[in-house]
Amino acid sequence: MLLFAVVRPIQRYNPSRAGGASQFMTHYLAYLTLALYGASFLCYVRILYTPRLGVGRLATLLLVGGIVSQYFALLERSRWIHSVPYNDLYGSMSLFAWLLGVTYLGLETFHRQRSVGAFVTLLLVAWMALLGLITRNEPLVPPPARGPLFAFHVTLNTWAYAAFALSFVLSLMYLAQDRLLRSRRPGKTFWRFPALDVIDVMSRSSVYVGLVALCLGAIMGLIWRHRLSGGYSWGDPKVIITLLILAVYIAYLCLSRSSQWRGARAALLCASNFVLVMFSYTFVNLYLTRFHRFF
Amino acid sequence: MARDSSSQRTDAPRIQVALIGCNHRTAPVEFRERVAFTPQQALSAVDELRRMGILEEAVVLSTCNRSELYGVPGEIDEGFAEAMEKFFTDFHQIPRRDLNGRLYRWVDSDAVRHLYRVAAGIDSMMLGEAEILGQLRAAYGQALDHGATGPVLNRVFQGAIEVGKRVRSETEVGARPMSLALAGVKLAERVFGNLKGHSALILGAGAVAEQVVEHLRSRGIGSLRVVNRSFDHASELAQRVGGEAIRWESLESVAGLPDVIVTSIGGAGPVLTRAMLERALAARNGRPVFAVDLGVPRNVESEAAGLYNLYLYNVDDLGEIVEQNRKAREAEIPRAEAIIAEHVAKFEAWRATLEASSIIEDLRGQFYKHREALLRERLQDMPDVSPEERQRIGRITEELIERVLEKPAKRLRHGPGLRGRLGAVDALRHLFGLEEGKE
Repeated sequence: MLLFAVVRPIQRYNPSRAGGASQFMTHYLAYLTLALYGASFLCYVRILYTPRLGVGRLATLLLVGGIVSQYFALLERSRWIHSVPYNDLYGSMSLFAWLLGVTYLGLETFHRQRSVGAFVTLLLVAWMALLGLITRNEPLVPPPARGPLFAFHVTLNTWAYAAFALSFVLSLMYLAQDRLLRSRRPGKTFWRFPALDVIDVMSRSSVYVGLVALCLGAIMGLIWRHRLSGGYSWGDPKVIITLLILAVYIAYLCLSRSSQWRGARAALLCASNFVLVMFSYTFVNLYLTRFHRFF
Repeated sequence: MARDSSSQRTDAPRIQVALIGCNHRTAPVEFRERVAFTPQQALSAVDELRRMGILEEAVVLSTCNRSELYGVPGEIDEGFAEAMEKFFTDFHQIPRRDLNGRLYRWVDSDAVRHLYRVAAGIDSMMLGEAEILGQLRAAYGQALDHGATGPVLNRVFQGAIEVGKRVRSETEVGARPMSLALAGVKLAERVFGNLKGHSALILGAGAVAEQVVEHLRSRGIGSLRVVNRSFDHASELAQRVGGEAIRWESLESVAGLPDVIVTSIGGAGPVLTRAMLERALAARNGRPVFAVDLGVPRNVESEAAGLYNLYLYNVDDLGEIVEQNRKAREAEIPRAEAIIAEHVAKFEAWRATLEASSIIEDLRGQFYKHREALLRERLQDMPDVSPEERQRIGRITEELIERVLEKPAKRLRHGPGLRGRLGAVDALRHLFGLEEGKE
């Protein structure tokens, strides 16, 4: 049922534009992506219980497989619409999930830490399932051609949101671990979580990735807008909220090294900041902005 | 009365593994001390056992909690277990009346299962302890180098090492800390991750503090400072562990430096107050401090527990964690037993194949013996048969024997069902009187 829900939107995309072979390919890739993320999740859970290098490597390999498979699914979709998938909910959410996976993979490789993998891959599987359940059954309409600068703007901003989502997950883990440590009655799960310092460093790395991507994405968006209309649209709610997001995450990075905020308070701040990201990604996109409203 | 599993068997197989010994469950420490083997004694014991023909292969496993003698008997009869026990008591000069049920005897699968349980750490005093696997490996290595092992014990001990590794990697029997000192260090790792590059302050120079220091050192802690009321004791411990001794008067000035604080100071009243720790945290720019208070009465003021970024555990907190971990380890025993059962079955299958080969060889030997006797007898009455014809008859009868044995050999080696194959081996032995032949 869940699998059906996930692949349903792809099955129903614009059959007149996609050839039989392409449709089969996308259908197949959607199944494959979900299966690989699911298998990777199981392996990551396994290493939480019994750490084994071989299973850990397999988990990473399966995640890489899922990312590659989803990349080709997104590529196929991009070929249909001749654009980065941003103007429909399914494409946008799928791109978000893919970038979340890519960001996590980067952090895992950089920090050599797999104990977070189970939580991230669970989020990926849930996200893929959710996007299948909530997307509407509408034919895929290609957006107007907007050029590569715009494509980079969209991709980088989505990447920033994905990185912030990752820092959100890590912050929640930090808070849970801190609570268990403070209770002095750590249960079974406690020993499976990564150390506080590790979570903190990974969360900060993720926020750095998000900030750099958001800055670059915003700059490209402003340049693109200026080229198009000669102005910058500073009053657009999306621009305002993006600047606000930049400000709160910079504040997090500064405060997280201060005496009073370091630790659980900073993690709570980071988790709270994500509310703003979600607000921007959903409510602002859907109801407030003029030219950032896509679906 | 020694416990004996050998008496339960009716059809003893030809390849047997026997064990005699005692452990912390069957014998008090006073008895275990008397039957312990030094490495040198272990070697002379195995030499003696082999020289006397009691065992063909032998390994001695002697630790502080057990003293066990594993072997493959040279002759399969009822007496080998008695002979092993006699040797054991004679070697250590213990009167038989002192045994009082303290020795256990196991043979075959029971002996192998016992060894696998030892390797898995589920027969240990501290469930799941890791040291036993190293001790077992060392005992086997010593016997192997000495040439005291053979194909059977090599197989059994290599299997035991594999079981030990699998149980520790696939179950949580040995996963969680079971001592206060280790629990404290493991908790510190939950805060800082890798302890390399971190610093620790040890207050007190007693036995518990030393245990903690050992665990911290084995995890590569960056710097270690030892503070004690007696500077001499602090210096002594610091020297031993490669740390730095600090004078008691300087305690306040160094309290802000370490990531981990371990206190185990006797005497009344807290040594570290909330105000001191507050100042220490401020000096560290809020970086977390993990403090373990092993002192009774407590060395850290209880009000300090509420300080932000201070994780404080006292001896009761750690005791409860150790108890939780013990229960968690116990819950893993069935999974460990399943791995052990799997490996015992593997050993049984290997033994069945080996026994099948051996019985076929015995049968072939018996047939050839009969053939030679028959040919000698019959050909005596046939003087007109030429030597070439005699050779031809010989070759034909050889071929006949090989053809007769071909199918049973194949079925015994590769037939389905271990139990069936072992049954067939026993039946063949019985039908052809192979045991009698041996005797």
